[in-house]
Formats: sequence, structure tokens, C-alpha cells
Amino acid sequence: MSDYAISVEGLTKRFGRLLAVDAVSFSVSRGSTCALLGGNGAGKTTTLSVLLGLLLPTAGRVTVLGEDILRHRYRVLPRMNFTSPYVDLPKRLTVAENLTVYARLYGLKNVKPRLEELSEELQIGVFMHRPYGTLSAGQRTRVALAKSLLNKPEVLLLDEPTASLDPDMGDRMRGMLINYQRHSAATLLLASHNMLEVERMCSDVIMMREGKIVDQGTPQALLTSYGRSNLEEVFLDVARRRADEQAMRGAT
Amino acid sequence: MSAVVFSPRRIGAMVLRHVYLMRKSWPRILELAYYPSVQMILWGFIAKFLTTNSSWVAQAPGLLIASVLLWDILFRSQLGVSLTFFEEMYSRNLGHLFVSPLRSYELVCSKLVISLLRTLIGVGAAALLAIPLYHYSIFSMGLPLIAFFANLMMMGWAIGLMVSALVLRWGLGAENLAWALIFAFAPVSGVYYPINVLPGWLQPLALALPSSHVFEGMRAVMIEHQFRTDQLLSALLLNLIYLAAGIVIFLAAFHAARKRGLLLYIGE
Repeated sequence: MSDYAISVEGLTKRFGRLLAVDAVSFSVSRGSTCALLGGNGAGKTTTLSVLLGLLLPTAGRVTVLGEDILRHRYRVLPRMNFTSPYVDLPKRLTVAENLTVYARLYGLKNVKPRLEELSEELQIGVFMHRPYGTLSAGQRTRVALAKSLLNKPEVLLLDEPTASLDPDMGDRMRGMLINYQRHSAATLLLASHNMLEVERMCSDVIMMREGKIVDQGTPQALLTSYGRSNLEEVFLDVARRRADEQAMRGAT
Repeated sequence: MSAVVFSPRRIGAMVLRHVYLMRKSWPRILELAYYPSVQMILWGFIAKFLTTNSSWVAQAPGLLIASVLLWDILFRSQLGVSLTFFEEMYSRNLGHLFVSPLRSYELVCSKLVISLLRTLIGVGAAALLAIPLYHYSIFSMGLPLIAFFANLMMMGWAIGLMVSALVLRWGLGAENLAWALIFAFAPVSGVYYPINVLPGWLQPLALALPSSHVFEGMRAVMIEHQFRTDQLLSALLLNLIYLAAGIVIFLAAFHAARKRGLLLYIGE
């Protein structure tokens, strides 16, 4: 068994003339939490989509839990899950109905006890029987997290997992995800713009820019290498280096 | 690790999703039966009038009512597939569905089951209403009705899958096709008149449609009191081709959507 839960080699995705992801290679160790960082359009969501099999790459190889995701995604999908602000749940169904449907899709045997567990952990019990469409953005984010944890995934891909949550609820959800990761030894890969979240949750960071990996390492190693005191400053250094490079190119 | 390649439980989950939706909204149930009933009532009166003015209709007074009910089976079964697919797009749910273990062909199967339920509710109500209103029961057709029903359902599914594929490819801008496309088949299907009424050059096209064989078969049962096995076999054979084409086109559109990254972003 490989030490890596996720292994990406030479991943390239081209949309017409746009090169969204350019020969990216990285690995995520089993039981770790890794962040994909980068500005808008850096290629994070595209990379996550390929990892889930939602998007077919132009080139490259992606292995999740030892399975080639392009050839055998259905072997590994029951052991994975994800959440993203780009997707939603049926709005007229209640939270309980939505979660029941997905619990059945993931083949859960005892649906009710699992919903009760998640209801407590994510504090969604109060609106469990309300239509999903009537919930606030923050409440929807918590329901989406509940959906992503239904099958107790071994690999959890999170795209902006605490977007729309107030600081208190965001902090609670991060705590809950950290606990889940520790107790289940799951592998978490998250794309986020929240640097405090990344510092608190992640043991590894991959920095992307214009579809390429420009740096990676532990948060501490990146802070040291950039001579910065927090990841927000590192992020700005990476993002602005591009602006500086473009300015230099323009000057010459 | 092996994976279950065909799971009735997953199909059941998708059916449950739409049952939840239907059972909480009585206007939705009512709407399913409303249009078939209004159509049936309208054509019932037309039939009543024509019975006394047309020797052809007078041969079988229930002919036009049977025609409109069978046409609605085709129309509703097509809508049942395409509208339930649009539901997933409206709710931006495709991304979640396709990262779950649900397979694309299981999604297709679930749409067919939901379409059957919706058609039975909608057309069933209109068929029952015709009994007290016009003293005509389509069920008096007996076993041939099952053959007609099955064939029209299959053709509706095939068109529904093709419409869903177009919408998956072109987005919800192509949604109107769900309502409009089927009507292009009506004039050449011989719903209310025999195929030989059509101009010669149009008749081969009509005979390439499963629906025209069903309606010819229906008239044979009602007017000549004979069951045309040849018409049934032609409809069945054509339907198998149509349904296979519908499935292939839908799966190809799904594959193209995975290439273009549409599954994550497609929606309202």
C-alpha cells in the first residue's frame, strides 16, 4: 500500500487555448491535511475536479487510494467525498431528505443514526426539517459539510469549506474537521483563501499560480523560506511576484 | 476493491429524491394530471360532435379520446425524463451526484422509473375521468393497450434522453426543446388520422417513427377489431434503435461534459 492517499503526475488540463493546469505533480500522504493555495484562476478547483473524476484531464495520471481515478473512479468514489460552493443541493427538499438521498447513494445501511450523529456534530438539528433553499448561506455550508461526511470518507476534498460561515461557526467547523481527521485518519485536501484556516488545519501546503505549482512544503518551512510571519504574507508574496514579473516584462 | 456496477438501491435513492419533491407539493401532482385531462375533455367534445358528422369517427366513438390519451403517454414520458434531469441542473446538484457512487446509467434508469410514475399519474387520471364524462374507457382496449403504452413510453424515454443530452451540451438555454421537440413528431405520427393521409414523400418518414405504428395499430384495434402484430413489431424494433440512440447520445454528452468541466458549473 502506497504511503500516499493522493498522487498526481504531470496533470495538465487545457480548455481550448486556456491552459488551466500545467503539468502539475504532487502527492498527499495518507492521514494528512494538505492545502491547495492560490489566487483566483490558479487551477485549484480544476485540480480538485480532476481528482474527483468530474473533469477529464488533457494529460497526466491521478491515483486516489491506490486506484487510477480516470480508469476506476467508481472503485474509489464510495470512499471519498467533497464539498464546494460551486455545487448545491435540491432546494425544495428538506435537509433531512437531501441527506437521506445521499446516504442511500453512498450505500449507508443505517441512515437515521448517521444523520443524528452529523446533526449533533454540525449543529444542523434545528433546521433538519426545513427546505434547504430557505437556509442562510452559512447554514447551507454546514449542510454541505454534513453531506461530505455522510460516508465517513477516507479522502475528503474541500473547496472553500468554511466560506460563508461567521468566525464563531467557522472556528467550530474547523475544530470538527480536525477532530474528524484525527479520529478517522482520513486524508483532507482543501482549497482555501483563508490563511488562518490553512495554518490551523494543514500539515502541508501546495501553492499554485497560473496552473503551476510554484512552491510547497509545511507551513513552517514556507514561512522560513519567505521570511514571513504568517501564510497570508507568503500568499501575497507569491501572488505579487507574478504582478512584478508581468510589470518587468512590460518594462522590457 | 470492486464496486457494485448496478445498484437498485442507488436508483431507488434517485427515485426517492423525486418522490419527496412530488409528495410535498400537491400543485405538482395536480399539474401532472391537469393538461392530459384538459386535452381529453377538449377532444372528447370534438369527438362527440364528429360522431354525428363524420362516418369515419362514428365507426369508433372513442377513437379521438384514445388518440389523445396515447399521445399524452408519449408526451408525458418524454417530459418525465427531461424535466427531472433539468431539476438536477436547476438545483446545481450534478456535481454532488457525479462524485457519489451513482453511475450515469443508474441516473438514466432512475429517470425512466420517475417518468413511468409521472405518466401513470397524469394520463391515468385523464383516462379515469373519460369514463364518467364520455362513457369511454381506454382500458376496454385490453392487452393491446399495454403494448401501445410500453412502446410510447420507450419512444418518450428516447426523446427525453436526447433532449437531456442537448441541454447538458448547450445549457438550460435549450430547455424549451423539452416542450417543443415532441410536437414536431405529432403531425407525422398519425395521431388523429391514418398515415395514408400524409403526402407520399412524408409517409416513409412517418413509418420511421415508432409512434406512427402504434397509432396505426390502435386504429386497427378500434375500427377493424384486429391486433396488428406487424405494427407492434415495427414499433418495438424502431424503439429499440431509438432508445439505444438516446442512451448513447446522453452518455456521450455526459462524457463531453466531463471533458469540458460542465458538471461542476452547469446550472441556472
